[in-house]
Amino acid sequence: MGTESSPKIVIVDESPIRAAILEEGLREAGFTGVVHIREMQSLLARIYALDPDVILIDLENPSRDVLEQMFQVSRAVRRPIAMFVDQSDAASIQASVDAGVSAYIVDGLKKERIKPILDLCISRFNAFSKLQAELDHAKSALEDRKVIDRAKGILMKLKGLTEDEAYVLLRSTAMREKKKISEIAQSILTASELLK
Amino acid sequence: MTGPLHVGFIPLVDAAALIVAVDKGFAAAEGLDVTLVREVSWSNVRDKLNIGLFDAAHLLAPVAIASSLGLGHVKVPIAAPFNLGLNGNAITVSPALHADIMNDISGDPFDPMATALALARVVAKRRKSGAEPLTFGMTFPFSTHNYQLRFWMAAGGVDPDEDVRLVVLPPPYMVDSLASGHVDAFCVGAPWNSVAVDLGVGHILHFVADILVRAVEKVLAVRQDWSEKNPDVVAALVRAAFRAAEFIEQPQNRAEAARILAQPERIGVDADVIQRTLDGRLKISPDGTMRESNRYLLVGREGAPRPDPVQAAWLYAQMVRWGQASISPEALKAAMGVFRPDLYDAAFGRQAKPTEASGAIGAFAGPAFDANDIVGHLAAFEIGHRKS
Repeated sequence: MGTESSPKIVIVDESPIRAAILEEGLREAGFTGVVHIREMQSLLARIYALDPDVILIDLENPSRDVLEQMFQVSRAVRRPIAMFVDQSDAASIQASVDAGVSAYIVDGLKKERIKPILDLCISRFNAFSKLQAELDHAKSALEDRKVIDRAKGILMKLKGLTEDEAYVLLRSTAMREKKKISEIAQSILTASELLK
Repeated sequence: MTGPLHVGFIPLVDAAALIVAVDKGFAAAEGLDVTLVREVSWSNVRDKLNIGLFDAAHLLAPVAIASSLGLGHVKVPIAAPFNLGLNGNAITVSPALHADIMNDISGDPFDPMATALALARVVAKRRKSGAEPLTFGMTFPFSTHNYQLRFWMAAGGVDPDEDVRLVVLPPPYMVDSLASGHVDAFCVGAPWNSVAVDLGVGHILHFVADILVRAVEKVLAVRQDWSEKNPDVVAALVRAAFRAAEFIEQPQNRAEAARILAQPERIGVDADVIQRTLDGRLKISPDGTMRESNRYLLVGREGAPRPDPVQAAWLYAQMVRWGQASISPEALKAAMGVFRPDLYDAAFGRQAKPTEASGAIGAFAGPAFDANDIVGHLAAFEIGHRKS
Protein backbone atom coordinates (compact mmCIF):
# COMPACT_ATOMS: atom_id res chain seq x y z
CA MET A 1 0.00 0.00 0.00
CA GLY A 2 1.47 3.36 -0.98
CA THR A 3 1.04 6.12 1.54
CA GLU A 4 -1.11 8.13 -0.86
CA SER A 5 -3.42 5.37 -2.03
CA SER A 6 -6.68 4.60 -0.26
CA PRO A 7 -6.28 1.98 2.47
CA LYS A 8 -8.02 -1.32 1.85
CA ILE A 9 -10.84 -1.67 4.36
CA VAL A 10 -12.74 -4.83 5.27
CA ILE A 11 -16.09 -4.58 7.04
CA VAL A 12 -17.06 -7.70 9.01
CA ASP A 13 -20.74 -7.38 9.78
CA GLU A 14 -23.65 -9.81 9.63
CA SER A 15 -26.08 -6.91 9.19
CA PRO A 16 -26.14 -6.11 5.46
CA ILE A 17 -27.98 -2.82 6.01
CA ARG A 18 -25.52 -1.46 8.52
CA ALA A 19 -22.59 -2.60 6.42
CA ALA A 20 -24.11 -0.85 3.40
CA ILE A 21 -24.58 2.37 5.38
CA LEU A 22 -20.97 2.25 6.50
CA GLU A 23 -19.64 1.31 3.10
CA GLU A 24 -21.50 4.18 1.49
CA GLY A 25 -20.11 6.62 4.03
CA LEU A 26 -16.58 5.39 3.47
CA ARG A 27 -16.91 5.66 -0.30
CA GLU A 28 -18.31 9.18 -0.04
CA ALA A 29 -15.29 10.09 2.07
CA GLY A 30 -13.03 8.83 -0.68
CA PHE A 31 -12.16 5.39 0.70
CA THR A 32 -12.72 3.29 -2.36
CA GLY A 33 -11.22 -0.05 -1.41
CA VAL A 34 -14.00 -1.38 0.81
CA VAL A 35 -15.01 -5.05 1.02
CA HIS A 36 -17.87 -6.41 3.12
CA ILE A 37 -17.59 -9.90 4.65
CA ARG A 38 -20.91 -11.27 5.84
CA GLU A 39 -20.12 -14.99 6.02
CA MET A 40 -18.23 -15.94 9.19
CA GLN A 41 -17.00 -19.34 8.01
CA SER A 42 -13.26 -19.29 7.28
CA LEU A 43 -13.18 -15.65 8.29
CA LEU A 44 -9.44 -15.50 8.86
CA ALA A 45 -8.63 -17.18 5.56
CA ARG A 46 -10.78 -14.64 3.74
CA ILE A 47 -9.16 -11.75 5.56
CA TYR A 48 -5.68 -13.04 4.83
CA ALA A 49 -6.59 -13.40 1.16
CA LEU A 50 -7.90 -9.82 1.02
CA ASP A 51 -4.92 -8.53 3.00
CA PRO A 52 -6.62 -5.37 4.26
CA ASP A 53 -5.07 -2.41 6.03
CA VAL A 54 -8.06 -1.84 8.25
CA ILE A 55 -10.71 -4.26 9.55
CA LEU A 56 -13.93 -2.98 11.06
CA ILE A 57 -16.13 -5.38 13.02
CA ASP A 58 -19.36 -4.89 14.93
CA LEU A 59 -19.28 -5.77 18.62
CA GLU A 60 -22.36 -7.99 18.38
CA ASN A 61 -20.27 -10.37 16.34
CA PRO A 62 -18.81 -13.35 18.26
CA SER A 63 -16.14 -13.59 15.57
CA ARG A 64 -14.35 -10.66 17.15
CA ASP A 65 -12.45 -13.27 19.15
CA VAL A 66 -11.34 -14.86 15.89
CA LEU A 67 -9.74 -11.58 14.87
CA GLU A 68 -7.79 -11.48 18.12
CA GLN A 69 -5.80 -14.39 16.74
CA MET A 70 -4.25 -12.03 14.22
CA PHE A 71 -2.20 -10.42 16.97
CA GLN A 72 -0.42 -13.69 17.48
CA VAL A 73 2.78 -14.36 15.66
CA SER A 74 1.87 -16.86 13.00
CA ARG A 75 3.19 -17.93 9.68
CA ALA A 76 -0.24 -17.38 8.21
CA VAL A 77 -0.09 -13.65 8.84
CA ARG A 78 1.79 -11.67 6.26
CA ARG A 79 1.55 -8.43 8.16
CA PRO A 80 1.06 -8.05 11.89
CA ILE A 81 -2.31 -6.65 12.84
CA ALA A 82 -3.19 -4.78 15.99
CA MET A 83 -6.37 -3.55 17.49
CA PHE A 84 -6.75 0.17 17.06
CA VAL A 85 -6.26 1.51 20.52
CA ASP A 86 -4.81 4.87 21.06
CA GLN A 87 -3.86 4.87 24.71
CA SER A 88 -3.72 8.67 24.70
CA ASP A 89 -7.30 8.89 23.51
CA ALA A 90 -9.58 6.98 25.86
CA ALA A 91 -12.58 8.96 24.60
CA SER A 92 -12.31 7.52 21.12
CA ILE A 93 -12.18 3.95 22.45
CA GLN A 94 -15.20 4.67 24.61
CA ALA A 95 -17.02 6.21 21.66
CA SER A 96 -16.34 3.22 19.45
CA VAL A 97 -17.45 0.69 22.08
CA ASP A 98 -20.57 2.77 22.74
CA ALA A 99 -21.31 2.83 19.04
CA GLY A 100 -20.72 -0.93 18.88
CA VAL A 101 -17.75 -1.15 16.57
CA SER A 102 -14.12 -2.08 16.83
CA ALA A 103 -11.22 -1.49 14.46
CA TYR A 104 -8.13 -3.53 13.72
CA ILE A 105 -5.27 -2.11 11.70
CA VAL A 106 -2.02 -3.33 10.23
CA ASP A 107 0.89 -2.36 12.38
CA GLY A 108 2.51 0.82 11.23
CA LEU A 109 -0.54 2.42 9.68
CA LYS A 110 -0.45 6.00 10.87
CA LYS A 111 -2.90 7.17 13.47
CA GLU A 112 -3.86 10.17 11.32
CA ARG A 113 -4.98 7.78 8.59
CA ILE A 114 -7.12 5.52 10.78
CA LYS A 115 -8.72 8.27 12.87
CA PRO A 116 -11.05 9.62 10.14
CA ILE A 117 -12.08 6.07 9.24
CA LEU A 118 -12.92 5.24 12.83
CA ASP A 119 -14.74 8.54 13.36
CA LEU A 120 -16.82 7.93 10.28
CA CYS A 121 -17.49 4.40 11.40
CA ILE A 122 -18.66 5.58 14.83
CA SER A 123 -21.00 8.16 13.36
CA ARG A 124 -22.47 5.69 10.84
CA PHE A 125 -22.95 3.03 13.50
CA ASN A 126 -24.68 5.59 15.72
CA ALA A 127 -26.82 6.68 12.79
CA PHE A 128 -27.80 3.06 12.21
CA SER A 129 -28.71 2.59 15.89
CA LYS A 130 -30.82 5.75 15.76
CA LEU A 131 -32.54 4.49 12.63
CA GLN A 132 -33.16 1.16 14.31
CA ALA A 133 -34.55 2.88 17.42
CA GLU A 134 -36.83 5.04 15.28
CA LEU A 135 -38.05 2.00 13.43
CA ASP A 136 -38.74 0.18 16.70
CA HIS A 137 -40.50 3.26 17.99
CA ALA A 138 -42.60 3.55 14.86
CA LYS A 139 -43.51 -0.13 15.11
CA SER A 140 -44.59 0.16 18.73
CA ALA A 141 -46.50 3.40 17.96
CA LEU A 142 -48.37 1.51 15.27
CA GLU A 143 -49.11 -1.28 17.73
CA ASP A 144 -50.35 1.27 20.30
CA ARG A 145 -52.54 2.86 17.64
CA LYS A 146 -54.19 -0.49 16.92
CA VAL A 147 -54.79 -1.22 20.60
CA ILE A 148 -56.28 2.24 21.20
CA ASP A 149 -58.57 1.92 18.17
CA ARG A 150 -59.89 -1.43 19.39
CA ALA A 151 -60.43 -0.07 22.93
CA LYS A 152 -62.28 2.93 21.50
CA GLY A 153 -64.49 0.54 19.55
CA ILE A 154 -65.36 -1.39 22.71
CA LEU A 155 -66.16 1.79 24.65
CA MET A 156 -68.29 3.13 21.80
CA LYS A 157 -70.26 -0.07 21.66
CA LEU A 158 -70.69 -0.67 25.40
CA LYS A 159 -71.27 2.91 26.52
CA GLY A 160 -72.81 4.35 23.37
CA LEU A 161 -70.09 6.98 23.01
CA THR A 162 -68.88 8.74 19.88
CA GLU A 163 -65.30 8.07 18.83
CA ASP A 164 -64.14 11.42 20.20
CA GLU A 165 -65.87 10.83 23.55
CA ALA A 166 -64.30 7.36 23.80
CA TYR A 167 -60.86 8.84 23.20
CA VAL A 168 -61.42 11.61 25.79
CA LEU A 169 -62.48 8.97 28.32
CA LEU A 170 -59.35 6.93 27.64
CA ARG A 171 -57.13 10.00 27.89
CA SER A 172 -58.64 11.34 31.11
CA THR A 173 -58.43 7.90 32.73
CA ALA A 174 -54.79 7.61 31.69
CA MET A 175 -54.02 11.03 33.17
CA ARG A 176 -55.81 10.21 36.42
CA GLU A 177 -54.02 6.86 36.77
CA LYS A 178 -50.69 8.30 35.57
CA LYS A 179 -50.46 5.68 32.83
CA LYS A 180 -50.09 5.72 29.08
CA ILE A 181 -53.26 5.77 26.99
CA SER A 182 -52.11 2.56 25.33
CA GLU A 183 -51.86 0.87 28.75
CA ILE A 184 -55.43 1.83 29.65
CA ALA A 185 -56.54 0.67 26.22
CA GLN A 186 -54.73 -2.63 26.71
CA SER A 187 -56.45 -3.19 30.07
CA ILE A 188 -59.82 -2.58 28.42
CA LEU A 189 -58.99 -5.21 25.80
CA THR A 190 -57.86 -7.65 28.49
CA ALA A 191 -60.97 -7.03 30.58
CA SER A 192 -63.25 -7.48 27.60
CA GLU A 193 -61.50 -10.75 26.74
CA LEU A 194 -62.09 -11.96 30.31
CA LEU A 195 -65.72 -10.89 30.32
CA LYS A 196 -66.53 -12.51 27.02
CA MET B 1 -27.33 -0.63 48.91
CA THR B 2 -24.47 0.36 46.62
CA GLY B 3 -24.93 1.90 43.21
CA PRO B 4 -25.97 -0.42 40.40
CA LEU B 5 -23.22 -2.71 39.14
CA HIS B 6 -22.89 -3.97 35.59
CA VAL B 7 -21.29 -7.35 35.34
CA GLY B 8 -20.48 -9.00 32.01
CA PHE B 9 -20.57 -12.72 31.33
CA ILE B 10 -20.32 -15.24 28.51
CA PRO B 11 -23.08 -17.88 28.43
CA LEU B 12 -21.08 -20.84 29.78
CA VAL B 13 -21.78 -23.12 32.72
CA ASP B 14 -18.76 -21.82 34.61
CA ALA B 15 -20.55 -18.47 34.98
CA ALA B 16 -22.85 -20.40 37.32
CA ALA B 17 -21.72 -18.86 40.61
CA LEU B 18 -22.16 -15.37 39.22
CA ILE B 19 -25.56 -16.00 37.64
CA VAL B 20 -26.95 -17.85 40.66
CA ALA B 21 -25.57 -15.14 42.98
CA VAL B 22 -27.71 -12.60 41.15
CA ASP B 23 -30.79 -14.62 40.20
CA LYS B 24 -31.11 -16.44 43.53
CA GLY B 25 -30.76 -13.21 45.50
CA PHE B 26 -27.38 -13.77 47.18
CA ALA B 27 -26.08 -10.53 45.65
CA ALA B 28 -29.14 -8.56 46.79
CA ALA B 29 -28.72 -10.03 50.29
CA GLU B 30 -25.25 -8.46 50.30
CA GLY B 31 -26.80 -5.11 49.40
CA LEU B 32 -25.68 -5.31 45.76
CA ASP B 33 -27.80 -4.20 42.83
CA VAL B 34 -26.27 -6.22 39.98
CA THR B 35 -27.30 -6.21 36.35
CA LEU B 36 -25.80 -9.12 34.42
CA VAL B 37 -24.92 -8.35 30.82
CA ARG B 38 -24.61 -11.28 28.44
CA GLU B 39 -21.78 -10.84 25.95
CA VAL B 40 -20.83 -12.56 22.72
CA SER B 41 -17.03 -12.39 22.80
CA TRP B 42 -14.17 -12.36 25.29
CA SER B 43 -12.79 -9.33 23.47
CA ASN B 44 -15.99 -7.44 24.33
CA VAL B 45 -15.89 -8.53 27.97
CA ARG B 46 -12.25 -7.48 28.24
CA ASP B 47 -12.77 -4.12 26.55
CA LYS B 48 -15.93 -3.23 28.44
CA LEU B 49 -14.27 -4.11 31.73
CA ASN B 50 -11.19 -2.11 30.76
CA ILE B 51 -13.05 1.08 29.90
CA GLY B 52 -15.42 0.87 32.83
CA LEU B 53 -18.68 -0.11 31.12
CA PHE B 54 -18.51 -3.21 33.33
CA ASP B 55 -17.66 -3.04 37.01
CA ALA B 56 -16.84 -6.73 37.11
CA ALA B 57 -16.84 -9.68 34.73
CA HIS B 58 -16.76 -13.43 34.25
CA LEU B 59 -13.37 -13.65 32.57
CA LEU B 60 -10.95 -16.25 31.22
CA ALA B 61 -8.16 -16.42 33.79
CA PRO B 62 -5.41 -15.95 31.15
CA VAL B 63 -7.16 -12.84 29.78
CA ALA B 64 -7.00 -11.28 33.25
CA ILE B 65 -3.25 -11.95 33.25
CA ALA B 66 -2.70 -10.81 29.64
CA SER B 67 -4.60 -7.60 30.32
CA SER B 68 -2.50 -6.94 33.41
CA LEU B 69 0.72 -7.53 31.47
CA GLY B 70 -0.41 -5.57 28.40
CA LEU B 71 -0.09 -8.60 26.11
CA GLY B 72 -1.80 -8.25 22.75
CA HIS B 73 -3.75 -5.28 23.99
CA VAL B 74 -3.75 -2.22 26.23
CA LYS B 75 -2.38 -2.76 29.70
CA VAL B 76 -5.09 -2.59 32.33
CA PRO B 77 -4.21 -4.20 35.65
CA ILE B 78 -6.90 -6.63 36.78
CA ALA B 79 -7.63 -8.05 40.20
CA ALA B 80 -9.21 -11.51 40.49
CA PRO B 81 -10.54 -12.02 44.02
CA PHE B 82 -12.61 -15.14 43.26
CA ASN B 83 -12.33 -18.22 41.05
CA LEU B 84 -15.64 -18.89 39.35
CA GLY B 85 -14.54 -22.35 38.32
CA LEU B 86 -11.73 -24.87 38.13
CA ASN B 87 -11.49 -27.36 35.24
CA GLY B 88 -14.74 -27.70 33.29
CA ASN B 89 -13.31 -27.92 29.77
CA ALA B 90 -13.16 -30.97 27.59
CA ILE B 91 -11.52 -32.00 24.34
CA THR B 92 -14.01 -33.23 21.78
CA VAL B 93 -12.97 -34.87 18.51
CA SER B 94 -14.87 -35.72 15.35
CA PRO B 95 -16.01 -39.34 14.91
CA ALA B 96 -13.37 -39.76 12.17
CA LEU B 97 -10.50 -38.48 14.30
CA HIS B 98 -11.79 -40.49 17.24
CA ALA B 99 -11.66 -43.67 15.15
CA ASP B 100 -8.13 -42.82 13.95
CA ILE B 101 -6.88 -42.20 17.50
CA MET B 102 -8.51 -45.37 18.87
CA ASN B 103 -7.04 -47.31 15.97
CA ASP B 104 -3.54 -46.16 16.87
CA ILE B 105 -3.78 -46.15 20.66
CA SER B 106 -1.92 -48.46 22.96
CA GLY B 107 -3.13 -48.24 26.51
CA ASP B 108 -6.00 -46.65 28.38
CA PRO B 109 -8.04 -44.24 26.23
CA PHE B 110 -8.59 -42.03 29.30
CA ASP B 111 -4.83 -41.71 29.75
CA PRO B 112 -3.88 -38.43 28.05
CA MET B 113 -0.35 -39.67 27.34
CA ALA B 114 -1.77 -42.64 25.44
CA THR B 115 -4.07 -40.43 23.37
CA ALA B 116 -1.38 -37.81 22.76
CA LEU B 117 1.02 -40.49 21.48
CA ALA B 118 -1.76 -41.89 19.31
CA LEU B 119 -2.46 -38.40 17.97
CA ALA B 120 1.22 -38.08 17.08
CA ARG B 121 0.98 -41.29 15.05
CA VAL B 122 -2.18 -40.07 13.32
CA VAL B 123 -0.48 -36.77 12.50
CA ALA B 124 2.58 -38.58 11.10
CA LYS B 125 0.43 -40.84 8.90
CA ARG B 126 -1.54 -37.89 7.59
CA ARG B 127 1.63 -36.06 6.70
CA LYS B 128 2.95 -39.11 4.88
CA SER B 129 -0.24 -39.47 2.88
CA GLY B 130 -0.26 -35.77 2.04
CA ALA B 131 -3.49 -35.08 3.96
CA GLU B 132 -4.27 -31.63 5.30
CA PRO B 133 -3.01 -30.99 8.83
CA LEU B 134 -5.62 -31.53 11.56
CA THR B 135 -7.36 -28.38 12.78
CA PHE B 136 -8.19 -27.79 16.46
CA GLY B 137 -10.60 -25.12 17.64
CA MET B 138 -10.12 -23.18 20.85
CA THR B 139 -11.77 -20.09 22.25
CA PHE B 140 -9.17 -17.37 22.48
CA PRO B 141 -5.41 -16.88 22.10
CA PHE B 142 -5.13 -16.22 25.84
CA SER B 143 -7.28 -19.10 26.96
CA THR B 144 -6.97 -22.14 29.15
CA HIS B 145 -8.33 -24.09 26.16
CA ASN B 146 -5.39 -23.03 24.02
CA TYR B 147 -2.83 -24.00 26.69
CA GLN B 148 -4.57 -27.26 27.62
CA LEU B 149 -4.69 -28.45 24.00
CA ARG B 150 -1.08 -27.47 23.49
CA PHE B 151 0.10 -29.08 26.73
CA TRP B 152 -1.65 -32.33 25.89
CA MET B 153 -0.54 -32.76 22.28
CA ALA B 154 3.01 -31.53 22.88
CA ALA B 155 3.45 -34.21 25.54
CA GLY B 156 2.88 -36.79 22.81
CA GLY B 157 5.32 -35.10 20.45
CA VAL B 158 2.88 -33.02 18.38
CA ASP B 159 4.06 -29.47 17.83
CA PRO B 160 0.91 -27.32 18.03
CA ASP B 161 2.42 -24.62 15.81
CA GLU B 162 4.01 -26.89 13.21
CA ASP B 163 2.12 -30.16 13.03
CA VAL B 164 -1.51 -29.06 13.37
CA ARG B 165 -3.53 -25.87 13.07
CA LEU B 166 -5.01 -24.17 16.11
CA VAL B 167 -7.79 -21.72 15.33
CA VAL B 168 -9.93 -19.48 17.48
CA LEU B 169 -13.65 -20.18 17.26
CA PRO B 170 -16.43 -18.58 19.28
CA PRO B 171 -17.92 -21.34 21.50
CA PRO B 172 -21.40 -21.16 19.90
CA TYR B 173 -19.79 -21.94 16.50
CA MET B 174 -17.73 -24.91 17.74
CA VAL B 175 -20.32 -27.60 17.18
CA ASP B 176 -21.26 -26.44 13.67
CA SER B 177 -17.60 -26.23 12.75
CA LEU B 178 -16.99 -29.79 13.94
CA ALA B 179 -20.06 -31.02 12.07
CA SER B 180 -19.01 -29.27 8.84
CA GLY B 181 -15.44 -30.54 9.06
CA HIS B 182 -14.07 -27.03 9.45
CA VAL B 183 -12.28 -28.35 12.55
CA ASP B 184 -11.39 -31.92 13.53
CA ALA B 185 -11.50 -31.30 17.27
CA PHE B 186 -11.95 -28.57 19.83
CA CYS B 187 -11.37 -27.70 23.43
CA VAL B 188 -14.18 -25.72 25.00
CA GLY B 189 -16.18 -25.39 28.19
CA ALA B 190 -19.67 -26.63 28.94
CA PRO B 191 -22.20 -27.02 27.47
CA TRP B 192 -20.66 -27.23 24.00
CA ASN B 193 -18.94 -30.62 24.30
CA SER B 194 -22.19 -32.22 25.39
CA VAL B 195 -24.08 -30.48 22.61
CA ALA B 196 -21.69 -32.00 20.05
CA VAL B 197 -22.09 -35.48 21.56
CA ASP B 198 -25.88 -35.17 21.72
CA LEU B 199 -25.94 -34.22 18.04
CA GLY B 200 -23.76 -37.20 17.22
CA VAL B 201 -20.97 -35.11 15.67
CA GLY B 202 -18.32 -35.56 18.36
CA HIS B 203 -16.76 -37.78 21.01
CA ILE B 204 -15.46 -36.32 24.26
CA LEU B 205 -11.88 -37.58 24.31
CA HIS B 206 -10.78 -35.97 27.57
CA PHE B 207 -12.02 -33.97 30.47
CA VAL B 208 -9.44 -31.33 31.25
CA ALA B 209 -9.16 -32.88 34.69
CA ASP B 210 -7.37 -35.78 32.90
CA ILE B 211 -4.67 -33.35 31.78
CA LEU B 212 -4.43 -31.06 34.79
CA VAL B 213 -5.86 -32.11 38.13
CA ARG B 214 -6.51 -28.53 39.16
CA ALA B 215 -6.72 -25.82 36.53
CA VAL B 216 -8.21 -22.40 37.16
CA GLU B 217 -10.67 -21.62 34.41
CA LYS B 218 -12.72 -18.43 34.88
CA VAL B 219 -12.29 -15.72 37.45
CA LEU B 220 -14.40 -12.91 38.74
CA ALA B 221 -12.42 -9.95 37.44
CA VAL B 222 -12.43 -6.29 38.40
CA ARG B 223 -10.07 -3.47 37.51
CA GLN B 224 -7.34 -3.22 40.09
CA ASP B 225 -7.84 0.52 40.62
CA TRP B 226 -11.59 -0.03 40.99
CA SER B 227 -10.96 -2.74 43.60
CA GLU B 228 -8.88 -0.28 45.59
CA LYS B 229 -11.63 2.34 45.52
CA ASN B 230 -14.43 -0.13 46.27
CA PRO B 231 -13.10 -2.70 48.75
CA ASP B 232 -16.50 -3.20 50.37
CA VAL B 233 -18.20 -3.86 47.06
CA VAL B 234 -15.49 -6.36 46.10
CA ALA B 235 -15.94 -8.13 49.45
CA ALA B 236 -19.71 -8.23 49.02
CA LEU B 237 -19.35 -9.63 45.47
CA VAL B 238 -16.99 -12.32 46.76
CA ARG B 239 -19.37 -13.32 49.53
CA ALA B 240 -22.36 -13.42 47.18
CA ALA B 241 -20.47 -15.56 44.67
CA PHE B 242 -19.23 -17.81 47.45
CA ARG B 243 -22.72 -18.42 48.77
CA ALA B 244 -23.94 -19.15 45.25
CA ALA B 245 -21.04 -21.57 44.69
CA GLU B 246 -21.91 -23.39 47.92
CA PHE B 247 -25.56 -23.50 46.88
CA ILE B 248 -24.73 -24.99 43.49
CA GLU B 249 -22.57 -27.72 44.98
CA GLN B 250 -25.39 -29.08 47.14
CA PRO B 251 -26.75 -32.01 45.12
CA GLN B 252 -30.33 -31.23 46.17
CA ASN B 253 -29.99 -27.73 44.66
CA ARG B 254 -28.57 -28.80 41.32
CA ALA B 255 -31.88 -29.02 39.50
CA GLU B 256 -32.88 -25.54 40.63
CA ALA B 257 -29.46 -24.13 39.75
CA ALA B 258 -29.65 -25.75 36.32
CA ARG B 259 -33.11 -24.22 35.76
CA ILE B 260 -31.82 -20.76 36.67
CA LEU B 261 -28.84 -21.14 34.35
CA ALA B 262 -30.96 -22.52 31.50
CA GLN B 263 -32.99 -19.29 31.18
CA PRO B 264 -32.78 -17.87 27.67
CA GLU B 265 -31.18 -14.61 28.83
CA ARG B 266 -28.56 -16.55 30.82
CA ILE B 267 -26.95 -19.63 29.24
CA GLY B 268 -29.97 -20.57 27.19
CA VAL B 269 -29.50 -24.33 26.72
CA ASP B 270 -31.36 -27.31 28.15
CA ALA B 271 -31.38 -27.49 31.94
CA ASP B 272 -30.64 -31.17 31.62
CA VAL B 273 -27.35 -30.59 29.79
CA ILE B 274 -26.35 -28.01 32.38
CA GLN B 275 -27.14 -30.33 35.25
CA ARG B 276 -25.05 -33.11 33.70
CA THR B 277 -22.15 -30.68 33.65
CA LEU B 278 -22.61 -29.63 37.26
CA ASP B 279 -22.91 -33.28 38.27
CA GLY B 280 -19.82 -34.27 36.28
CA ARG B 281 -21.84 -36.96 34.54
CA LEU B 282 -21.36 -36.62 30.81
CA LYS B 283 -22.35 -38.57 27.78
CA ILE B 284 -19.02 -38.90 25.98
CA SER B 285 -20.03 -40.81 22.90
CA PRO B 286 -23.01 -40.62 20.54
CA ASP B 287 -23.62 -44.31 21.37
CA GLY B 288 -24.66 -43.19 24.86
CA THR B 289 -21.54 -44.12 26.83
CA MET B 290 -21.47 -42.09 30.03
CA ARG B 291 -18.47 -41.01 32.04
CA GLU B 292 -18.46 -39.59 35.53
CA SER B 293 -15.86 -37.46 37.22
CA ASN B 294 -16.12 -35.58 40.47
CA ARG B 295 -13.43 -33.24 39.12
CA TYR B 296 -15.11 -32.30 35.86
CA LEU B 297 -16.04 -28.82 37.02
CA LEU B 298 -15.29 -27.50 40.49
CA VAL B 299 -17.36 -24.51 41.49
CA GLY B 300 -17.52 -24.44 45.27
CA ARG B 301 -15.76 -27.65 46.26
CA GLU B 302 -12.19 -28.40 47.29
CA GLY B 303 -11.40 -24.78 47.99
CA ALA B 304 -11.97 -23.95 44.32
CA PRO B 305 -13.12 -20.35 44.85
CA ARG B 306 -9.96 -19.13 46.59
CA PRO B 307 -7.46 -17.62 44.12
CA ASP B 308 -4.09 -19.34 44.01
CA PRO B 309 -1.20 -17.26 42.60
CA VAL B 310 0.64 -20.49 41.67
CA GLN B 311 -2.13 -21.09 39.13
CA ALA B 312 -1.48 -17.64 37.68
CA ALA B 313 2.24 -18.48 37.47
CA TRP B 314 1.44 -21.69 35.59
CA LEU B 315 -0.65 -19.79 33.05
CA TYR B 316 2.09 -17.21 32.64
CA ALA B 317 4.58 -20.06 32.09
CA GLN B 318 2.37 -21.31 29.22
CA MET B 319 2.37 -17.82 27.69
CA VAL B 320 6.17 -17.93 27.85
CA ARG B 321 6.37 -21.48 26.49
CA TRP B 322 4.30 -20.59 23.42
CA GLY B 323 5.91 -17.25 22.69
CA GLN B 324 3.10 -14.98 23.83
CA ALA B 325 5.10 -13.42 26.66
CA SER B 326 8.75 -12.79 27.43
CA ILE B 327 10.14 -14.18 30.62
CA SER B 328 10.96 -11.70 33.36
CA PRO B 329 10.75 -11.75 37.14
CA GLU B 330 8.67 -8.56 37.02
CA ALA B 331 6.12 -10.05 34.65
CA LEU B 332 5.89 -13.21 36.76
CA LYS B 333 5.29 -11.11 39.86
CA ALA B 334 2.65 -9.04 38.05
CA ALA B 335 0.93 -12.20 36.77
CA MET B 336 0.82 -13.77 40.22
CA GLY B 337 -0.39 -10.46 41.64
CA VAL B 338 -3.57 -10.70 39.55
CA PHE B 339 -4.85 -13.55 41.71
CA ARG B 340 -5.88 -12.07 45.03
CA PRO B 341 -6.34 -14.53 47.89
CA ASP B 342 -5.93 -11.51 50.20
CA LEU B 343 -9.12 -9.91 48.85
CA TYR B 344 -10.88 -13.27 49.07
CA ASP B 345 -9.85 -13.73 52.69
CA ALA B 346 -10.71 -10.13 53.56
CA ALA B 347 -14.26 -10.72 52.36
CA PHE B 348 -14.67 -13.25 55.16
CA GLY B 349 -12.86 -11.12 57.73
CA ARG B 350 -9.86 -13.41 57.75
CA GLN B 351 -6.20 -12.45 57.70
CA ALA B 352 -4.51 -13.36 54.44
CA LYS B 353 -2.88 -16.76 54.70
CA PRO B 354 0.30 -17.57 52.83
CA THR B 355 -0.54 -19.69 49.81
CA GLU B 356 0.60 -23.26 49.75
CA ALA B 357 3.40 -23.97 47.31
CA SER B 358 3.35 -25.89 44.04
CA GLY B 359 2.01 -29.33 43.31
CA ALA B 360 -1.39 -27.71 42.97
CA ILE B 361 -1.50 -28.09 39.18
CA GLY B 362 -1.09 -31.85 38.83
CA ALA B 363 -0.20 -32.01 35.14
CA PHE B 364 -0.06 -35.49 33.60
CA ALA B 365 3.33 -34.86 31.99
CA GLY B 366 6.56 -33.17 32.98
CA PRO B 367 7.93 -32.32 36.41
CA ALA B 368 5.80 -30.79 39.17
CA PHE B 369 5.33 -27.10 38.53
CA ASP B 370 7.67 -24.74 40.33
CA ALA B 371 6.61 -21.09 40.23
CA ASN B 372 10.06 -20.08 41.49
CA ASP B 373 11.85 -21.64 38.54
CA ILE B 374 9.82 -21.23 35.38
CA VAL B 375 12.87 -21.35 33.11
CA GLY B 376 13.99 -24.63 34.66
CA HIS B 377 10.46 -25.99 34.52
CA LEU B 378 9.97 -25.15 30.86
CA ALA B 379 13.38 -26.63 29.99
CA ALA B 380 11.92 -30.03 30.88
CA PHE B 381 9.54 -29.81 27.92
CA GLU B 382 10.93 -30.62 24.52
CA ILE B 383 8.44 -28.72 22.41
CA GLY B 384 7.96 -25.00 22.88
CA HIS B 385 8.33 -21.74 21.03
CA ARG B 386 9.90 -19.27 23.42
CA LYS B 387 10.40 -15.74 22.24
CA SER B 388 13.98 -15.30 21.12
